[in-house]
Amino acid sequence: MRHTVLLPLIAALAACAGAPPPAAPSAPAALRAGLDPVVEAYPSTYRAAPAERVAIVGATILTGTGAEIADGTLLVADGRIEAVGAGLAVPEGYGRIDARGRWVTPGIIDAHSHLGVWSQPDNVEAQNDVNELTEPNTAQVWAEHSLWPQDPGFDLAREAGVTTLMILPGSGNLFGGRTVTVRNVPAMSVQAMRFPGAPYGLKVACGENPMRTYGGRGRSPASRMGNVAGYRRAWIEAADYARRWDAWRRTGTGDPPRRDLQLDTLAGVLEGEILVHNHCYRADEMAVMLDVAREFGFRISTFHHASEAYKIAPLLVRADVCAATWTNWWGYKMEVFDAIEENAAIVDRAGGCAIIHSDDAVLVQRLNQEAAAALSAGRRAGLTISEGEAIRWITANPARALGISGETGTIEPGKRADLVLWNASPFSIYALADRVWIDGALVHDRSRPEPRHSDFLLGQPGQEPAR
Amino acid sequence: MIARLLALLAIAAWPGAAAAETVAIVGARILTGGPAGEISAGTVIVRDGRIAAVGAELAVPAGARIVDAAGGVVTPGFVVADSTLGAVEVSQVPASADRASRSADISAAFDLSLGLNPDSILLPVARLAGITRAVVTPRYEGGGDRLRLFAGQAAVIDLGQRPDMVTRPRVAMVLQMGEGGAERAGGARGAAFAALRTILEDVRHFARHRGDYDRGGGRPQTLSRADLEALVPVAEGRMPLIVQAERASDIVEILAFARDQGLRVILDGASEGWRVAPAIARAQVPVIVDPFANLPHGFAELGARLDNAARLHAAGVDIVLKAGSGAAHRARELRYGAGNAVAHGLPYAAALAAVTINPARAFGVADRIGSIEQGKEADLVLWSGDPFEPLSQPRAVFVRGVEQPLTARPLELRDRYMAR
Repeated sequence: MRHTVLLPLIAALAACAGAPPPAAPSAPAALRAGLDPVVEAYPSTYRAAPAERVAIVGATILTGTGAEIADGTLLVADGRIEAVGAGLAVPEGYGRIDARGRWVTPGIIDAHSHLGVWSQPDNVEAQNDVNELTEPNTAQVWAEHSLWPQDPGFDLAREAGVTTLMILPGSGNLFGGRTVTVRNVPAMSVQAMRFPGAPYGLKVACGENPMRTYGGRGRSPASRMGNVAGYRRAWIEAADYARRWDAWRRTGTGDPPRRDLQLDTLAGVLEGEILVHNHCYRADEMAVMLDVAREFGFRISTFHHASEAYKIAPLLVRADVCAATWTNWWGYKMEVFDAIEENAAIVDRAGGCAIIHSDDAVLVQRLNQEAAAALSAGRRAGLTISEGEAIRWITANPARALGISGETGTIEPGKRADLVLWNASPFSIYALADRVWIDGALVHDRSRPEPRHSDFLLGQPGQEPAR
Repeated sequence: MIARLLALLAIAAWPGAAAAETVAIVGARILTGGPAGEISAGTVIVRDGRIAAVGAELAVPAGARIVDAAGGVVTPGFVVADSTLGAVEVSQVPASADRASRSADISAAFDLSLGLNPDSILLPVARLAGITRAVVTPRYEGGGDRLRLFAGQAAVIDLGQRPDMVTRPRVAMVLQMGEGGAERAGGARGAAFAALRTILEDVRHFARHRGDYDRGGGRPQTLSRADLEALVPVAEGRMPLIVQAERASDIVEILAFARDQGLRVILDGASEGWRVAPAIARAQVPVIVDPFANLPHGFAELGARLDNAARLHAAGVDIVLKAGSGAAHRARELRYGAGNAVAHGLPYAAALAAVTINPARAFGVADRIGSIEQGKEADLVLWSGDPFEPLSQPRAVFVRGVEQPLTARPLELRDRYMAR
């Protein structure tokens, strides 16, 4: 069974939204609308804003590949990176930005966000759309169907240089639902934010949260072993579901299997088309989850929070799993008691894919500072890590985890021109994003602040210019 | 006297207790935060746990241990306000936490200076971020409860991990107003003010008629005897009231109420404080500010913005920066918050004051800590560079003149696994 379409096809669909969906190549007959899991039902309608040709000249450029280019020049054309290097000539027709004394990085990518699904004002219960806490397995829900593009948090994150985010359902369930990866652009709908071609993710949660949620109601899971039994039961069903679709497509006879939204998503993981994003703190639990994945033949893209990744860094490197974590968060519950500031640095130096994520509408505004604290801790431990390497924790590595590294996350020719121009080193506490571009379009200019996109604060008290 | 002697013996027997020594920290850039201002290359002399001298050209006393601080920066130890350090190990493990009273009879009387844990593994972690003192502040837990309008009394502690960790107990009373106060009082802001006025009348009546109360006479009281007693210094304007409030109108009303009632107030939160900054300045009310608070979490915080601290300071308000509400595990972010406040317009010296002398002044311990001045207790941090920069780290931390080990449980975990 080909469960969801391949990325270029999604992009093609995005370009011709409204056209009838193509039938799966091996399907015996076209099914009635809505009965075929193959269909890309909610395609991206994202369109990059108009972009001009720009030359950013004289900056220190952290490319996200590990390199640092002093006195660099960056050329942007047609919304993409055209060239980057030291001493490049600026061709005719490029708007020149004097960036001497400033820094340029790829746009920041937050691999773990709940913006739009737990929106401001987040003390208001009606704004909490993040956890479908009705069953331990809610793989059938999609975060994008909660997403409110008017969350004021998107504007603040954009002003802080965040150009791409993955929005996840919460961690109260074993299977929380599908994630959605978005461009951080002002938009009226989630479809207009969806990152074209970005694969879906599945939020899986280990440990205390599902145990507490359901054990507290006297039902399973009430323990970690109950958690694992819950995952395995679901994967058995998913494997069987995928088998039935495969058989029907192969034989072309009889009634097709009845479509099941929950199993669509799980089977999509088994087909390798939906990426597993696994909330998991403890080393031993991550090791168990790797075995669950092996039992059912899928890969885990990323352990999120992963506070004890440093204890099993070689295992994570061998399994090719990213570890997305914080620097300063620890101790709020037992499973995060052993979190250390050096976590990302240790994973990185072991050859792993280290990510600094936010999970928070405040921290998303200073992921560069959180990365700086992680870098500082690594250096305190005697690890040799350059700024050029550490910037990958919030750019190239989350792009890899989200399956979009062919498109963004580094400053390399051909990639989307998602860029931040900083007034100081992004590893300085005083650094502010002077300008932010998404696909070459200027979406934030600190010197010329524009009214924010979110309608929520419009006309509300406290929005008057400060006296 | 004997009790005091026994206490001293107990302290001497405390594991890891180090004796104060004579130390000369030499060659650093010193941000004294006191009358000596900034010294580009100077010496701090520490003797008997106190600062014996600070200056550009000081002779090192014979026998002093010399700390070569060349290339470094010395600051006063930081004071984290609105903290629960020493009162919690794991936030979601209630048995490990002593930060809140759920008792109907012990609200205002809850004294957080009692029952603190000097062995908390959080204290060394905070020290590694240059924090040497904390204003430990009671929390509300268990949601709105009209029996507990007050959370209890805050204390100033040191992070030197000795049993005599309380610098000053009962420095302020905690009261939540605004949305939270309304919920506790029955659902409306007006009810909270009415409840507060009634309680203050009861407290004053109680203070005048303790004898009647003890004989079972007098009028019915809204609170337990312990709570009434605890509120007497508040009603008499001797103990400051930390009032948590965010909305501009809440702030204005509280200032007016406090003026009428003769209360001393320290505002906490005040995310819309910038909108009424001149009124706060006129009332000479200090404000505890979260420098990261720029989200409209609710309808009381619509005007939250990152330059709140800068604007309050510019209006003449004494500001104290905090590292989030009830900061414990993440207290170490205090210095980053100070840096962010600077990035958003707060002058550097004001940011340093807001994590040192301002909290000391607001909580009545400025005669002992908060700046590098002769005679003050020697809370000092030697930094590798700008203390607000994440890429800087402490090279030495002194609490009450005792150099602290630069270790903590997370660093031991790090070393255990890096060695493998």
